[in-house]
Amino acid sequence: MKHIISIIAENKFGTLSRVSGLFSGRGYNIESLTVNETEKPGLSNMTIVTSGENPVIEQIIKQLRKLVNVLRVRDVTSLPDHIEREMSLIKLHVISKQRPEVLGIVDTFRARVIDMSHDSVIIEISGSEEKVSSFIELVRPYGLIEVVRTGILAMAKGSTVTAETNK
Amino acid sequence: MNGSDILLESLKREGVEIIFGYPGGQIIGTFDRLFDCGIKHVLPRHEQGGVHAAEGYARATGKVGVCIATSGPGATNLVTGIADAYSDSTPLVLITGQVGTTLIGGDAFQEADIIGITRPIVKHSYLIKNIKEIPSAVKEAFHIASTGRPGPVLIDMPKDVQAAQGKFEYPKDIDLPGYQPNYEGHLMQIKKILHALENAKKPLILIGGGVRLSGASDVLIVFAEATDIPVSTTFMGQGAFPFNHPLYVGWMGMHGNYASNQASLNTDYILAIGTRFSDRTTGNFREFAPNAAVAHIDIDPTSISKNIPVNTPIVGDAKTVLKQFMKYIKEFKAEKNAKARKIWLEEIAVWNSERPFSYIKSDNIIKPQFVVEQIYQITKGEAIITTEVGQNQMWAGQFYKFKYPNQFVSSGGLGTMGFGLPAAIGAKLGCPNKEVFDIAGDGSILMCIQELTMAVQYRIGIKVAILNNRFLGMVRQWQQLFFDRRYSLTCLESQPDFVKVAEAFGCVGLRAETPPEVRTVLEEAMKVKNIPVVMDFRCAREENVFPMVPAGSGLDKMIFS
Repeated sequence: MKHIISIIAENKFGTLSRVSGLFSGRGYNIESLTVNETEKPGLSNMTIVTSGENPVIEQIIKQLRKLVNVLRVRDVTSLPDHIEREMSLIKLHVISKQRPEVLGIVDTFRARVIDMSHDSVIIEISGSEEKVSSFIELVRPYGLIEVVRTGILAMAKGSTVTAETNK
Repeated sequence: MNGSDILLESLKREGVEIIFGYPGGQIIGTFDRLFDCGIKHVLPRHEQGGVHAAEGYARATGKVGVCIATSGPGATNLVTGIADAYSDSTPLVLITGQVGTTLIGGDAFQEADIIGITRPIVKHSYLIKNIKEIPSAVKEAFHIASTGRPGPVLIDMPKDVQAAQGKFEYPKDIDLPGYQPNYEGHLMQIKKILHALENAKKPLILIGGGVRLSGASDVLIVFAEATDIPVSTTFMGQGAFPFNHPLYVGWMGMHGNYASNQASLNTDYILAIGTRFSDRTTGNFREFAPNAAVAHIDIDPTSISKNIPVNTPIVGDAKTVLKQFMKYIKEFKAEKNAKARKIWLEEIAVWNSERPFSYIKSDNIIKPQFVVEQIYQITKGEAIITTEVGQNQMWAGQFYKFKYPNQFVSSGGLGTMGFGLPAAIGAKLGCPNKEVFDIAGDGSILMCIQELTMAVQYRIGIKVAILNNRFLGMVRQWQQLFFDRRYSLTCLESQPDFVKVAEAFGCVGLRAETPPEVRTVLEEAMKVKNIPVVMDFRCAREENVFPMVPAGSGLDKMIFS
């Protein structure tokens, strides 16, 4: 089963490699990983999408908590309600004849065109992983040049804090 | 003061009395200051010997072992020892030289990314980029290495940081918000376990190295006596509960005793303390303790339910939690199942008398088990025993009887050949009044034999007993049992004359070729002080370690011959 792990870690030398190395060294998989600064200077948020049976997820969480620079670890998927979002940039090969058709799809998905040349467009889309994936599949036949995706970001709904940054 | 002075002053503040270290280009500045800084310094002849000696020192004394090496190959030579300390939860602080901060990443001479290389085998590590970071890094390193579940911490010191000038100011406090090991156990869980122990008809305490590390032996004895529950140990827990205590069952696991393994199969409640349930203890995880509920006390949350599902966990320090148990011991109704308990203890006693550790004795050929028994007798069971890895290690565990914690210093988790000799040197330096024996095989002794020089130079009177069978015995045993006797590369056709080797190094070399000579050689060895003694016991070649549980089987699948 898919789990989204949210981590608050001190932004110190080597923290990311300690986290990612833990996954590879112990045979856990990473489907996506995003790292960003939090609202508190010196602290980073990492959102990791992984999968496994419950005992494995439990081990992953405990192993992450053992890392000296890791302050908080939360399995966001275990929260009663949460939001998942992903952003993607998609470069398509589009000849002028097909442009209106593509723009129609962009519109339907509430995506945006952020760059256009005589034979290509770059589209920005955000939403759930499923939405982004199905958009990519829809536009693929027009001539997909490249795709970059941020990986999933997640946050608890309501006033619940996903992973506290308070020491 | 320069960075090296600040480093050494910080080590002094942490109470470091001895450093095992090997100099080199990128750490030369620190060795310059180490020369007359007042801390005792010991020179191994290979960095691996240095780190194992630091482990032996730490294991025998309970203090943090310190080892220094240079960058690149010096640092990579530490890797095996660091992994060993990580597996066996040995507190170490490793200091490595590194190329200057401006050169890092440029593939400079003797540059290696030692932080990256050791990342999965350290508890934590520091790359010092500024002289100001040194004191807090050292203070944190010692704190992290020695608290919680102990382990190795590495500090990488670039050359320019060692040379930089700065002021020494040692921090009073430690600020590690992400490192807060839990010592106290949860009271509800403690009461729950006590209640379950009352109701258990065949309870068993299983202790691991954590009991030794936490210094919980005394309170454990009181607790076991108050509850009248028998105690088994893991390989690493040997010594943490005295072998001659009436409640002692033995060592559980692959080469452990029949009674302990039978107890694991029959118990209805296991209270495990300070063990990570290694596969060498449990056999096949799924077949372990089939009739038992499991309670588990461990300071490392990841040890709980990692290999064996646990019904009642307590994250906490063995000693602290056992003391908490003792607060409620008056409420413990030992009489509740007194009759069933009596039968249980009798059952265990029968197993123990049915199949104690044994071997077929011989009048004309030296049996390795006989040598270990003789070492036990001549040292009156008081010696610190280190081992190499393989058959020698298992026979040491079976035939030396351990009565105090930290008496048995063996590479249990990683199984590092070459560990025993340097570890013995470290142990003897830490406990100069104890006899220290390395029980070795003729295969593994060659992996760090150069450390005889370290022992000679510092007049360290260790005793090395080589159980010489001219085989890599344990692998040969597996080949005999599971690979059709195809002794692929385990027959040591060309071995040195260990007596001459000993003498060439400046040690005393002795040899025994017949059983009566074993005692004579040991008596001779015991007379020697301050010079290492190497004893070459020419043993039965194809002797096997029994009992044995084949890897991957349950503990009910013991082979006895």
